[in-house]
This record gives sequence, C-alpha cells and structure tokens, in this order.
Amino acid sequence: MSQLKTQLVILIGISLSVIALYGFLYLEHEWEIGLLLVALPVVILLLKRANMLIYYQKAARLMPRFTLVSFVLGVLVLILLLRHEHFALLMLTTVLLYVTVSLGLTIQFGFAGLVNFAAIAFFGIGAYSMAVLNHYFHAVPDLLIILFSGLTSALLGALLILPILRTRGHYAALITIAFGILLRTFLEVNDVFGGPQGLKVDGLEILGWDFADSFPSVLGGGSFYMAYAIAALLLAAAAYLLTRLIEASWFGLNMDSVRLDEVASASFGINAPRWKITAFMAGNFFAGLAGAVYAAMSGFIAPASFNFADSLLLVSIVLLGGIGNAVAVIPAALLIVVLPEKFQVIQEYRLLLFGIVVILILRFRPSGLMPRGLRQYFTGNSA
Amino acid sequence: MDPGFFAQYLINGLVQGITYALVAVGFTLFFGVLDVIKFSHGDVLMLGAFTALALFLGLDQLSTPAWLSLTIMLCLGVIAMALLGALLCKFLVLPLKESPPLNTLLITLMFGSVIREGVRLFFPNGSNPKPFPALLPETSINWGNLNLRLDSVILIFTGAMAIVLTHLFIQKTRMGLAIRAVAQDEETARLMGINFNKTVLMTFALGSGLAALSGISTGLYYQEINFSMGLMLGVIGFSAAVVGGLGSIYGAIVGGLLFAFLQTLGAIWFSVPAYKDVFAFTVIIMLMAWRPTGLLADRSAERV
Repeated sequence: MSQLKTQLVILIGISLSVIALYGFLYLEHEWEIGLLLVALPVVILLLKRANMLIYYQKAARLMPRFTLVSFVLGVLVLILLLRHEHFALLMLTTVLLYVTVSLGLTIQFGFAGLVNFAAIAFFGIGAYSMAVLNHYFHAVPDLLIILFSGLTSALLGALLILPILRTRGHYAALITIAFGILLRTFLEVNDVFGGPQGLKVDGLEILGWDFADSFPSVLGGGSFYMAYAIAALLLAAAAYLLTRLIEASWFGLNMDSVRLDEVASASFGINAPRWKITAFMAGNFFAGLAGAVYAAMSGFIAPASFNFADSLLLVSIVLLGGIGNAVAVIPAALLIVVLPEKFQVIQEYRLLLFGIVVILILRFRPSGLMPRGLRQYFTGNSA
Repeated sequence: MDPGFFAQYLINGLVQGITYALVAVGFTLFFGVLDVIKFSHGDVLMLGAFTALALFLGLDQLSTPAWLSLTIMLCLGVIAMALLGALLCKFLVLPLKESPPLNTLLITLMFGSVIREGVRLFFPNGSNPKPFPALLPETSINWGNLNLRLDSVILIFTGAMAIVLTHLFIQKTRMGLAIRAVAQDEETARLMGINFNKTVLMTFALGSGLAALSGISTGLYYQEINFSMGLMLGVIGFSAAVVGGLGSIYGAIVGGLLFAFLQTLGAIWFSVPAYKDVFAFTVIIMLMAWRPTGLLADRSAERV
C-alpha cells in the first residue's frame, strides 16, 4: 500500500466511526438507538466479510500516530457539531474520562496483572485533591493542579504498594476493595472534606480561558460542557498515547512477562516489584487526572459518587473490551456509559445487566469483544 | 474501665466475632479445596437473610408459633443457600478452573453484584432496610452496667456450635476426609478414587449454608437487614480468613474474633463510630503486609 492510500483508508475508517459515535450521542429516541445498535454490528460484520476491516486494521497498524491524530480531530469536529447539546457533551466527556481511567486499569490489569478494585477510589482522590487544591491555592495554574491531583492519587496509592507487593491475586484484590471502602467511609465521616455533603469545586481556568464562560463566540458559542469535553479528549488521547508507548517499549514487555510468570521473569533478571510499582502508580495517576477534570466539570463532589459499584463498572469496561487492548476500552466505555442513559428502562437495571453480561463474557468469551493482538515490532508490509 | 462496661463490650464483640468467623470459615473451605475465593460469599449471606425474611412473612400469615417459624426459616434458608452455592460452583466456578484466577474472582464478584441488585430491584421495596423479626426471647439480665441479652447468648452458642460441627464434619466423616484430601492434593485425591466434583460441590454447599446461618443470625441480632449488608460482611469475613490464614479453620475463628476485637477497640477509642471500620481495616492491611500468609496458616509461599 502506498502511503497516501494508507492514509485514505485510515481517514475513511475514522470518519465512519465518528459518524457512528455522533449518531450514538445525538439520537434520543430509543428506537433510533436500537436501530443503530442492530445496524452497527451488521455493518461491521459485512465490512469484515468484504475484507475491508482487515484493510483498515493493517493501515492503522502502519501509521498509529496518524490514526490517533485523525481520531482526535474527528472527535473535535464531533464536539463542534454537538456544541449546543449539553447532555450529549456531558456523556461524551464522561466516556472520555472513563476511557482514561480504564486505560490506567489496562496498564495495571492487562499489562502487569495487578488487580485493582479501587479505581473509583483513586478517581475520587483526584477529584478531592482538585477541590481542595483549587480552593486553597488559587494562584497556581489549574493545569498544574490537575497534574498535582494525579500525583496525589498515585502517591496515596503508594500506601498500598507494600501490601500489594507482598501478596498476590485474591489477596491484592481484597486489599484494594478494603481500601476503596475505607476511603469512602473516611470521606464520609471527615468534616474537613465536607463529610457526606461533599465539597463544591471551582471550575477550571486554563491559559486564561475560564471554562465556565461559554465558548468563544467567534465559533458560534456553545455549551459550557464543550471546554470540558475538549479537555477530557486531550487527556484521554494523552493517556492512550502513553499506554501505547508503554506497551510498545521494554516497559510493557517487562510488565507482560511479570504478569505471565513472575518467577521465570525474575530469573531473566527482570525486577518484578519495580514493574508492578510502575504499573500501579501509572494507572492510579491516570485515574487521579480523570477525577480532577471530573470534579471541575461537575462542580460538586460527594463520597456517594465514588462507590464500589463504580469500580466494578470500570472493571467491566476493561473486561468487555478485552483485557490489555487499549483501543477496546473506547467502544466498551461508550456502551457501558451511554446505553443506560439512552435507554431509561435499563437505567435502573444497569448494574444487574452489566453483571450478567460480564459473567457471560467470562464464561464464553474471556478475551472480550476485541481481544488483544500480538505485539508488532516490524510495521513494514512484510509483517 | 468499669467491669460491667468491659463485659458488655466483650459480649457484643463475641456476637460479631462469631458471625465474622462463620463467614471466614466459608472462605477458608473454598480456598482449601479449590484455591479460589468466592467473592459473592457476602451476598449469598445477604440472600440467605432475605430468604428467611420472605419465609417469615409467609409463615406470619399462617400465624405459626415463633419457634416453629424460626426453625423453618433456618432450615430452608440454609438449604436454599447451600443449593445456590453448589449451583454457583458447578456453573461458574468449576468451568473456569483452568483460566487465570482473576477470572474466577471477577465472575464471583459479578455474581455477587447480580444477587445484590436482584434483591434491591425485585424484593418488594428492596432498596430500603427491612425490619427483621425478633424471634428470639427478649429477656435480659442486668448486672451493674452489663445488660446481658439472652439472644446474644443463644447466637454465640449457635454460631460456636455450627463451627464445631463443621470442624467435626471435616475431621470425622468420610466426606470430610475427602475434602481434606482434595485440599491437600487434587490429583492424588482423584487417583485415590475420590469424586472431585462432588467433593467440591459439597464444600461449596457447606460454606454457603454457613453463610446463610450467619446472615440469619445477623438479622436476628440487629433486627434489620438490607441489600448491601453482604458487601461489608463479605469483605470483613475474607479479611478475617486471610489474617487468620486461609485454609485453616482455627485461623478463621481467630481472624473473626480479632476483627471484632479491633472494631470494638476502634469504637472505644474514636468518638466517631464510623472510624471503627477505618481503624480495623487499616490494622488488617498492615497485618497482611507484615504476614501475608496469615497468623496461623502454614508458611508455604504458594498460597500467597
């Protein structure tokens, strides 16, 4: 394939998925969404039968940067198109933030094999740091504060490193579950952090742009969520890029080997604790960053928004997509976040349904909807 | 401290400790035979309590005497949960035996959340706490500051009896022998003609039945149950089993009592009651970092 042809294939693929995404977010009637849900798999299957999907996958593998950039630009266009739709933008932002957290979980679960059932707790730590830091250090730029919130989350997560390193599997799971419950109880009884009533959070102001203002009128104005959607998009894209870089480098290879066989990798001179710590901290850092943006967007946070059930939801996203596959978390997050919002009927039953879905996936298709592929080191045509 | 208060704390702590120990024994049993953690244990416990409550509401219509209702509730509740445990094991846990442990953990965790959501959504008005009938005699004796309730004594006695009977079952019967054999070495046990699947199913039934018992006794003690009670009790029971040492029944008892002791201590030290759990879990996490194999378990690193 010539370079131009490759780029064209990628652009077509991305445009199609952005159009699907637009429909998913914009359509409101249940029958419309239902139609889309039936049509999408059919289209995907047809493309697969016509060997078009393989084409796209090959192209995307050849030019990963180009694919990412065009996807980000595509979503930017989508945000512009949806600029007056508050609800659609809110959902898109939530999806993007969940994607960021799930990418963190992908590094922890998928690469290093560390279980973390406290993802929402680290998300919450990020959100609370955002609230507190933004309130007390008004002079500090908000970009730095978001960064600090991520770091706080990673640092508090470091408290768990010793117990997690010394234990494995089920025990580590228990430690994270206990930590999540503990944190929520702590936030609920602690008056400094607002107790069960929670805290108010100031909006973001980055590079002199106050996010609370409506969008610059040159571009026709827009919803107040637009700025947050763009911020979340950039965050998710950065997280994705970082995850991919980790996967492609020795970092990822070492993490994989630690997950698959710790003893064998240790005998090859791989420092297992080091990679576990790296993966754990990186994942919690992502969760903290996403939490900070979430707090600023919603303007108000309370312990009740950081439930164990939400951690389970995040784990379901990673599992539904396919453990270890960074791309797969995007459609999975979309399905898990947006579907219940669109189908009011299932809103109440969503945890039940997702529980059943995850059980069925684990039982019959443990590698998820989009299983992780083999690593590609040589991206030429010969590969 | 005043001896009356001390005795009061001791009795309350014992009731809780025995409940935790019952849950922990279940975890220890499952881990022993199959090296899996059934994370839906707490929710099975909750479902046991709700089954008993539903039975009571039915029996109440027929105006059965309290002792008869209680017996029926206990028997049917325990049997129903034992069946559920065996089914869970047959259809969700055993088929995943060869896959990574994370998958087993997730599938049971999700099964637990399905039970939890199921009760919340389908039990009439299930999202609110439900009053549980006080079927045990309400007499109490006062000694100074100590208010000794008869029901506490009965619950402690029943729980202790259940644990002793489980222990005897495992040590003295043929089935118990099979369970111990499977726990020690699955393949050798199979070679010796032990029906592996039957043994594992039996163990799951036994553990889940114990969970139902502890759910019902929690209901009887607090006279209130809710759909999310299982989550906390499950995590506590598992912590107790781990701290005591997974795979050892004595460890489970020690762990359960230790956790109740820590909670009581936390309740005495801190003015805010919710800190007692924060305190207890913090100590547990530290203990796990210090002795990952638990206080009483054999020191083999494989288990961790």
